[in-house]
Amino acid sequence: MPRPDWLPSRRAKDKAPADAVMWSKCPKCGEVLYRRDLAANLFVCTKCDHHFRMHAQDRIDSLVDGDFEELGQDVLPGDPLNWSDKRSYPAKLQTDREKSGISESVVCGFATINGHRVGLAVMDFHFRGGTMGEVTGERITMLFEEARTRRVPVVLFAASGGARMEEGMLALMQLAKTTAAVARFMNDGNCFLVVLTDPTSGGVSASFAFQADIIVAEPKAMIGFAGRRVIEQTIRQRLPDQFQTAEFLLEKGAIDMVVARHQLKQTLTHLLEYCAA
Amino acid sequence: MSNNLIVERERGLVELERRIAELRAASAGQPLDMSSEIGALETKYQQILRELFGKLSPWEKVHMARHPDRPTSLDYISKFDRFDELHGDRHFRDDPSLVGGFALLKGRKVMVLGQQRGRDTRENLRRNFGMMSPEGYRKATRLARLAARFHLPIVTFVDTKGADPGISSEEHAQSEAIAVSLMTFATAAVPIVTTVIGEGGSGGALAIAIADRIIILEHSTYSVASPEGCAAILWSDAGKAEEAASRLKLTASDLQRFGIVDEVLAEPLGGAHRNAGDVVMRTLDAIDAALQTLSSKTPEQLLEYRYAKYRRLGEWQAEGLETAQTAP
Repeated sequence: MPRPDWLPSRRAKDKAPADAVMWSKCPKCGEVLYRRDLAANLFVCTKCDHHFRMHAQDRIDSLVDGDFEELGQDVLPGDPLNWSDKRSYPAKLQTDREKSGISESVVCGFATINGHRVGLAVMDFHFRGGTMGEVTGERITMLFEEARTRRVPVVLFAASGGARMEEGMLALMQLAKTTAAVARFMNDGNCFLVVLTDPTSGGVSASFAFQADIIVAEPKAMIGFAGRRVIEQTIRQRLPDQFQTAEFLLEKGAIDMVVARHQLKQTLTHLLEYCAA
Repeated sequence: MSNNLIVERERGLVELERRIAELRAASAGQPLDMSSEIGALETKYQQILRELFGKLSPWEKVHMARHPDRPTSLDYISKFDRFDELHGDRHFRDDPSLVGGFALLKGRKVMVLGQQRGRDTRENLRRNFGMMSPEGYRKATRLARLAARFHLPIVTFVDTKGADPGISSEEHAQSEAIAVSLMTFATAAVPIVTTVIGEGGSGGALAIAIADRIIILEHSTYSVASPEGCAAILWSDAGKAEEAASRLKLTASDLQRFGIVDEVLAEPLGGAHRNAGDVVMRTLDAIDAALQTLSSKTPEQLLEYRYAKYRRLGEWQAEGLETAQTAP
């Protein structure tokens, strides 16, 4: 399947001669990085190794061998609650589409990683904070159902603030829907790998992100159920910086490994060799 | 002062209730007939009740769902024929914010699980206000698996603000505990009936609420986030909770319209606590009827039906909202 229509638009925007697009400042060490160098380094700061949040398409480009056969790209969000606060929900969606170049918080499809055929789901924090709406759930469910039919493993990159407020309970119900699809897929003997990226929290963290056979995380990624602010307000004290980082979860036994982005493709390849049929 | 709107509103009724009771006591055994005075006061009382509680806004329902006197899980479970409570997650501790165990409901063997808040501060501290920790979700998972192993239907009661947001809960992988509980309920090949009796708070509620039939009391709420949480997330202002409550579509009738709940049980005027005995009995009748219907299905049919039920939740449109999808 050819690249979707929305892709060239973001690509074109990347090339726009605006300073903000040409240069990126590392949020960790403050180093100003030339965007092309940053992209060539898989969006890892060349000075301090900070892992930037990646756009879905950049992530896909960094992993797959050739073509990406996208699934569910014509499934687009509606406005089930007729939500409006400072702006209407459809207007917020429109802004995020333009900003991120994608049409929902997840991009799903089929591809090959070092020769392994996989279903690939990549969540993107740049769209509504990676929150799970109806269409996020629908696309992920479609992917697991199709991967089950094709009998290929699923690799999912999580990045999410949780369920999306503007879709209310219909968003929460996507946790149940995706869980049912993941369970069917796994119970048939298929392999499910997750990579937790910065940040993964709330309902997404408490559903498919922690239902996988193997859970990998990127260095320093913030991962947790409750948000840091909520916990600090509840206990009325400041949390240590390490709290809810990938390294913290590794120490507590909640995840399998922390893998730097440059080693990620190799690690996933190894895992697929062990687990894929 | 109570921070519960409904409790505050009930204060105005207390004086009237006292006067009616006094008149009744005084008239008992008296030659003087005071029935007309009593009748007038009772008419007035009913009228005030209707004015105060006849039509509740979503925000008022949130407060009704949190009312300290609202029947809790144990109020329902104690009316089962029998309850043999089981404890613990087999790893770390027993979480008192979830009660669970074998039970007999109208002669039927079941596994019952309920989120349990306290009536007073002391009990609330022990029960953590009904907010479950990972140990609670692991207990739920363990008991649900036990039920599936012995072909016992699962009955759950939802009444929680949400999963516990504490340090220890994060250290013990709250996400994983909820994620696995969701998986267990999605795949348990026995009938599952859930009743939302109070507040249904987000993933912490859903973790024991993937079910074949979902019942909700008229003034219970079930939401993607608490109104306070939603307002804090979207507008960094928990004070806008009332606005969030009306936007979130968290009332029983909203949820029925979306197909998220199957059945709404009416409450007496003024809320379930005004006639708790009746509400509990009608709820148990509704659960029993649901279990009776589900008992005719094979395990395969149950799983197929449950998958389809959740599969269709989430409407979406096949074309963009506007013309966003046209290439540049």
